[in-house]
This record gives sequence, structure tokens and C-alpha cells, in this order.
Amino acid sequence: MFEIGLEHYLSVAAILFTLGIFGIFLNRKNVIIILMSIELMLLAVNINLVAFSTHLGDLVGQIFAIFVLTVAAAEAAIGLAILVVYFRNRGSIAVEDINMMKG
Amino acid sequence: MITADLMAILPELFLACAAIALLMLGVFRGNGSTQLVSSLSVMALVVTFALILLPARPESSPFDGLLTIDGFGDFMKLLVMIGTGVSIIISQRFIQREDMARFEFPVLMLFATVGMMAMISANDLIALYMGLELQSLSLYVVAAFRRDNLRSSEAGLKYFVLGALSSGMLLYGSSMIYGFTGTTNFDGIARVFEIDGGVSIGLIVGLVFLCAGLAFKVSAVPFHMWTPDVYEGAPTPVTAFFATAPKIAAMALFIRVLIEPFGGLFDQWQQIVVAVSIGSMVLGAFAAINQTNIKRLMAYSSIGHIGYALIGLASGTEGGISGIAIYLTIYIFMNLGTFACILCMRQKDRMVEGIDDLKGLSKTNPMMALVLAIFMFSMAGIPPLAGFFGKLYIFLAAIDAQLYTLAVIGVLTSVVGAFYYLRIIKLMYFDEPSEAFDTPIGSEMKAVLVITGVFTLLFFVVPGPVVESAAAAAATLFPG
Repeated sequence: MFEIGLEHYLSVAAILFTLGIFGIFLNRKNVIIILMSIELMLLAVNINLVAFSTHLGDLVGQIFAIFVLTVAAAEAAIGLAILVVYFRNRGSIAVEDINMMKG
Repeated sequence: MITADLMAILPELFLACAAIALLMLGVFRGNGSTQLVSSLSVMALVVTFALILLPARPESSPFDGLLTIDGFGDFMKLLVMIGTGVSIIISQRFIQREDMARFEFPVLMLFATVGMMAMISANDLIALYMGLELQSLSLYVVAAFRRDNLRSSEAGLKYFVLGALSSGMLLYGSSMIYGFTGTTNFDGIARVFEIDGGVSIGLIVGLVFLCAGLAFKVSAVPFHMWTPDVYEGAPTPVTAFFATAPKIAAMALFIRVLIEPFGGLFDQWQQIVVAVSIGSMVLGAFAAINQTNIKRLMAYSSIGHIGYALIGLASGTEGGISGIAIYLTIYIFMNLGTFACILCMRQKDRMVEGIDDLKGLSKTNPMMALVLAIFMFSMAGIPPLAGFFGKLYIFLAAIDAQLYTLAVIGVLTSVVGAFYYLRIIKLMYFDEPSEAFDTPIGSEMKAVLVITGVFTLLFFVVPGPVVESAAAAAATLFPG
């Protein structure tokens, strides 16, 4: 029968991670989607870590994954707070409107 | 056992507790206590500085090798302390005048500093990530600290999005490294190269992602795009802070990660560092030429300086690392002084940031023009000022490591870079005065300007202490 092994998990994680990066760079609509893409990237890393952890029979990877989850929550909170502050000043959160300074 | 571990991280522990205590003080006393909290923050940094410097701490790896305490880390931590402390001092008047005097401001800078200390001491991928995030999360908030100002909040948003992206890449790299070495500990990773020598492609991929994440944090090309916008938009004292302490910490982390665990992959990462270094030097020199905003110009200047520092890392030798340590020491003094000058650029009680506003400064304010001219000459690398010696040690290390192309490109780009530094001096000394800046500038500003100016001007008289301690710091990275 078909067996699901390490490489399948790694492939899923790599696809999710790539989707996250493309979500940040190709999206021209809304900053919230960028926040979701960042979350997607971090979760892809977690899949990677947990898959390696079971494969190696080593717990450190799962501990790392829990740290990543915690930090991701804090990061999302701060990101949303900055977004609210930005919306109050600009009245819009469209990505193409973030252009006060040209870079 | 646990006591020994706690004693080893006493400075970090003290600073973290001081930051928490000051946060509570601020909460109970309200925003009227900003001045008090700021002064106490500076004192906490001074005590931490003394705790690092005074008791000779033995080299150790507390908490089962999660952290490492060594001379290199101590040297970089002292630089970070100086950067944060001076940034808090020069921000005082600014935050009062610009109506952003909230007590969280110095406290957030202290938390960021604790994160930087953890980064510098990290000896494990988990510790590296936690330190980096503690630093970054505090910095995102500080960048957007003027919450009624569109540019500041835009700077915060851009910094957040790109910073989170870089953390994601760094983490993906960490997960690959963990998977292909079976450990997150730096010593363990280093042992993998000793045993089989056969390096898997997955490990190289992980290393590349990790380097990309770290290059983001030091704002090296091609991951520099956030720097000009964030530097321009963030409040000026925050920009001064960004240009000094986090850069030092990220650079120290970059050095430690590449030299200690990945020393066995030198041939692979040397190519990356060389490419990044050349890109940063060239961009820093050419992109700054057309700038009209002085904070934006300083952003490109800092990208260029990081490029020079990376030459030392590309050489991968003890001389190269001690060159970086000297370079970074001189860099933070020059930058803090320059930003103190920028903070003094006020007309009719408003901040001005245009380079043209400096016209004729030598006639309206000769002392400030002189000090700024010293910094600009030093950044351009003109002997006998400090900036020249920083570049000298870096280029010597590059020549020793036979990186001739890199050294030649470095010299050429610093000639191009001299153009925009000298243009500022030309505006100050040979153009007709525009409106004069507001005076007086405040005694703490004068003190910072005098100290940084004297350091930059007279470094060549007694280079001994800095050069020797930098060499000693670099030696601890290369045992045996």
C-alpha cells in the first residue's frame, strides 16, 4: 500500500512555505492577507519541525515547534496592532496605498 | 548547577528584571514618569555594562549549551549597551517635544536590548530564534511609536511585514538544519562536519535560508529594501537606535553562526558573503548619491558600512573578525554622533530632515558644522580619522585572505561613497546660509557630540584599547 513518509511531509511544508512567500509578494489587495501568509509560512515550518522530530525520534523539534507557535501568536498580535494604528492614520489597508515613502 | 547557570547570565537577568520593574513603575505612575523611567533605564544599562565588564566571567555554556558566554559576546554586548544607552539619552528632548513621551518607549528599548544580548550569546537554534524575536517584536513597536503619524506607522508596518518574512525564512532554514543534522545545538552541528564530511544538500539549503534571514536583519543587499523606508519614517531617535544596536547584534549573530557551527562549510558560505558584501558596498555607494533626506542617506550609508564589515567575515580569519569588531566600534560612535547632529536640526521648533537645510551651517553654527564634518570625513574614510582605521583593518584582513577583488571593490566604492559625504561638507562650508537651527541644543546633546566627536577625531592617538580588546574578543571564537 501507499505509505506516507518524511518526504511527503517535507513536500507539503515546502509547498505551503512557497505559497506564503508568494502570498506576500503577489498580493496587491489587502494587508490582512499578508498577515495570513506570514502565519502560513510559520505553520509550514512547524510541519517541517514535527516531521523531522518524529523521523529522528528526537523531542527537540516538537519543543521548537511549540516555541514557534507561541512567538507566532505574539507576532500576529503586534502585527494587527500596528495595522490598526496604520488604518487610523491612512483610512485604508490596501497594499498599493502603503506608498508614503518610495523605496 | 542552576546557580552557576544563573550567575553566568547575570547581566541579561538583571536587565530583564530591571525592564519589568520599570514597566511596572511606569504603569503605576503614568506617563508623567517618562523622564524618571528613561533615566532609570540608562542607569540599568550602566549597571549591566559594569556587570559584563567588571567580574571576569569564565567562558561557559550555561543551560546545557543553550547559550554561550565568551569574550566575543561580551565585547559585542558592550557595544550594544552603548548604542541603546546613548539612543535613550538623545531621545529625551525629542519625545517630550514631539508629544510621544510615553514610558513604554525606554522600556521597549530595554526589552529589545535583552533580546539582542540573547542573540549575541545564542548557542542553539532555539535560543537564536527566541532572542531574535524578542528583539524584533520590540523594534516593530518602537518603529511605529508615533502612532498619530502616518509615516511612522507606515514604517512600522513595512518593518513588521518584511521582518516577519525574514524570520520565516530564518526559521525554515533552522528546521532544515535541524532535520539534516539531528540537533539544534551549535556544538552538535559543528560535530556533524567533523564526523562524516559528506554534506547533504538539505543542510546547504538550510544554511542558505538561515543566511537570507540574517542578511535581512543586518540589512545587506539583496535584503535591504526595508532599510531606507524604515529609517526615513521612524522617529529620528529610533532611527539612531536602529542604525546602531540591532545592527551590531545581528552582525555578531551572523559571525557566530557562520564561524562556529558552520565553520566546516566555509567554502559554501564564503561565496554567499562575498556576493552580499559586494552588493551592499555598491548599492550603499551609488544609491545614496541622489538622496535629499538625510535619514534616507544614512540608511544607504549604513547598508554600505555593513558591506565593508562583511568583507571581514568573508575572510573567515581571526584577523577579519577582529577587524569587524574594530569597524563596528567605530561605526556606532560615528553613527550616534551623526544622529545626535540630525536631532539638533530644528527650525522654528520643527524637525527638518533635508540635506539642503544644512546649507551654510558653518556660519550659523560653526561648532555643530565642525563636529558633523568630522563624522562625514570619518565615514568617508579619510585619515587620520577613526573611519579610516576601521576600513584599514578590514582591508588588511581581506588582503591576508587573498580576497583581492573584494578589497579593490571596497576601495573603489568608498571613493564613490566619499562623494556624498563630502557633498554635505561642501553644503555646510561653501554655500550661502539658509535659516539657522534652533539653539540651545541641550547639554546632553553637547556631551554626546563631544564624546563621539573626540573618539572619532583622536582614535589614532590611542587605538590600543579598542584594537587589543577586539583582537582578544575575536580570539575566543577560534579556539586552539
